[in-house]
Amino acid sequence: MSLDEFQKRDFKVVGQRVERPDGIDKVTGRAMYGADAYATGMLVGKMLRSPHAHAIIKSIDTSAAEALAGVKAVVTAADFAPLEAGDAHNVLDACIARKKALYDGHAVAAVAATSEKIAKAAVKLIEVEYEILPHVTEIEDALKLDAPIVQEGFRNKKIPADMSDNASNYYQFGHGDVDAGFERADLVIERKFRTAATHQGYIEPHACLASMGPDGKGDLWCCTQGQYYVRALCAQIMAMPESQLRVTASEIGGGFGGKTTIFIEPIALKLSQKSGRPVKIVMSREEVFKASGPTVSSVTDVKIGMTKDGRITAGDAYLRYQGGAFPNITCYLGAQSAFAAYDLEAVRTVGINVLTNRPKQAAYRAPGAPMAIYAVESVVDEMCQELGLDPLEVRLLNAAKKGTKSSYGPTFDDIGLVATLEAAKAHPHYCAPLGPNQGRGLSCGFWFNFGGNTSVSLNINFDGTVGVTEGNPDIGGSRASISMMAAEELGIPYDKVRTIVTDTNSLGHNDVTDGSRVTFAVGLATIKAARAAIREMCNRCAKLWDIDEDAVVWKDGFAKPAGPNAGDYEPMSLAEIAAKSPNTGGPIAGHFEVNADGAGVSFGVHLCDIEVDPETGFTKVLRYTVFQDAGKAVHPDYVEGQMQGGAAQGIGWALNEEYIYGADGRLQNAGFLDYRVPVASDLPKIDTVILEIPNPGHPYGVRGVGETPIVPPLAAVSNAMAQAIGTRMFELPMSPPKVLKAIKAARG
Amino acid sequence: MVRVLIWGSLQSATDGQAKVEVEAKNFKQVIDALGKDYPGLTEQLAQGVSLAIDGVIYKESWFTPVRPDSEVVLMPLMAGG
Repeated sequence: MSLDEFQKRDFKVVGQRVERPDGIDKVTGRAMYGADAYATGMLVGKMLRSPHAHAIIKSIDTSAAEALAGVKAVVTAADFAPLEAGDAHNVLDACIARKKALYDGHAVAAVAATSEKIAKAAVKLIEVEYEILPHVTEIEDALKLDAPIVQEGFRNKKIPADMSDNASNYYQFGHGDVDAGFERADLVIERKFRTAATHQGYIEPHACLASMGPDGKGDLWCCTQGQYYVRALCAQIMAMPESQLRVTASEIGGGFGGKTTIFIEPIALKLSQKSGRPVKIVMSREEVFKASGPTVSSVTDVKIGMTKDGRITAGDAYLRYQGGAFPNITCYLGAQSAFAAYDLEAVRTVGINVLTNRPKQAAYRAPGAPMAIYAVESVVDEMCQELGLDPLEVRLLNAAKKGTKSSYGPTFDDIGLVATLEAAKAHPHYCAPLGPNQGRGLSCGFWFNFGGNTSVSLNINFDGTVGVTEGNPDIGGSRASISMMAAEELGIPYDKVRTIVTDTNSLGHNDVTDGSRVTFAVGLATIKAARAAIREMCNRCAKLWDIDEDAVVWKDGFAKPAGPNAGDYEPMSLAEIAAKSPNTGGPIAGHFEVNADGAGVSFGVHLCDIEVDPETGFTKVLRYTVFQDAGKAVHPDYVEGQMQGGAAQGIGWALNEEYIYGADGRLQNAGFLDYRVPVASDLPKIDTVILEIPNPGHPYGVRGVGETPIVPPLAAVSNAMAQAIGTRMFELPMSPPKVLKAIKAARG
Repeated sequence: MVRVLIWGSLQSATDGQAKVEVEAKNFKQVIDALGKDYPGLTEQLAQGVSLAIDGVIYKESWFTPVRPDSEVVLMPLMAGG
């Protein structure tokens, strides 16, 4: 499609802080989450999971479990037909082990029984004979030539010879002569950084209810960020046509990327198919940690050259990401993002994926970018300290802007980084005084943002209200923003519109709710659907007035004659036209289907003040401000919420959150008591400054918001830490024991 | 002819060239021509790619026009969270 160019307008609804449509349901418990689904006669599904990080499955004896009264079905990988190599193959293998258990918690069998108690008892009756293999969970260990090989056959031909076959994907990006750039520098610094795997930490565990009929038709209710993708994967795995599987997304208790794929749904479908009964599976929190999709962990080498006056002459980054036992693409997203905030003559980035005995990674807000940009922004900060330069001025001096050839290839059009940096520079936070043991950190952040396949249906009800049907689960306030854009375009009040998220068989395809795409793409489709309905409403008026269709225009919710020559008719409201629609041709609706492009990249700048207790290593975040180019903020509360939520998650990543594996390859902290996410009492109020620089690719100037805010906190906190404790740390999280160790090491 | 920028690790399939020229008027023709002229790219093309055309990233839109003076950058298929 051609891009929908932004047109300046005076908004009446968009930009207001209207009541959120899901608020009452969520605070009263009326909202239906994945685990709330119920069907008559449904069974409880439970999984048997491997206690070993890496083991050949020599045999599985399910006879005792099947003989237990109340057990209606048992499933192993043998119940699924083998798939051709590809995404669905890897997803199924991650859901249930076929020949090898590839990580601690990998499912090897599942049962469906008439009660949870019987299902748990049946799981214990399944006998699995394992041949335990050597395992590897850390990147540098996995890359050694004598490392245990997690899975064969994924090595890219570009992988360097000194890396084992656990290295799979390999990508390189950049331009210019990096070595010559370093020659021109007055200062060159090279550092190695490590980040731990983290989890998205959504409050709602994965849950689904599957019902397969004897006629081959199926229904699946689940918590997901993308019911259409769930349908595509499950239909392929179940060898059934997509049309025969209806997937309905529940209300969602957080996703952040972690619910863009599946973990239990095919198992529930197969159990239902075998038992002839509906089957519900709800993951425990331990299962969520062990067997859903955490982020990659990373090891990154960054080398930057800079002149004495702060001009970056070259940048080089070498990223190794582990994303569990399967190949993944996060490494190239990181490699493309690492230097995106800078206008560089010479830049080179390499991203390599490494297989380990860990669960298959899933996306987490701006996947791959936070750890890459953490490394780059840390080195830039260190160089500023070394050269006695203001870190914000150095960012401004080197900032990517319109006309910059980006580090990943394309030349930027209008982008908001400089404006965002200027806003940070002018903010009182930047020059506020600091006390002892306190430090201030700054970091830029970047994310691509996407559009994608989108369908919207908009119905004009006979009573003059409007229903919008969309197909993307609402993880960030999209029902409100979609209703607002519909109301804006139609010229009616917000409370006349209700937007619902529908199932896969009630609307055309919609891509997953990811890539910060929904407010942009679904909003665009909603505006176009509203315009289609407006055209029809104008046509109905033309009939009533007996004038040409072109002689009717729409303004502020009314159809009006286009001018004096069209005739003298009383304008008709949407409600009046809707009421007459049975007499003028039937129901009025608009719909729009698009593969939306033009989402426009996003930049943010974060400022963070911390105070460190030198006796305990405890870090308190004192003040935090997020600056972001959000395009037009449709509902500023939600935009601020995205900015605050991303910052909170990034602070957790920086200070406490990490997957900890023992020497036995088993996860040591699979629960929120030992995996420490920041809670409200840990954080100050996170201030936000929204810059509304219109996205030229959207009729209202909307730009994706949700992912960029998690990118800068890692370096912002780390840079603040360097100032607060007088020495730089190169590994996340900077938990109290590590901070204390760094302080003691610095003191000698 | 359209000049297409090839990312670093794919340049072994284009004889080390960072930029190649193909005969194309839209997204699909660019992809088809790259696969035909440089068979070493076909594996990556089959896995999925995006094209940045004049600074805007397109994921799958075959009929997006490409002008002879367009900046065209081959990119891996983009994804988000």
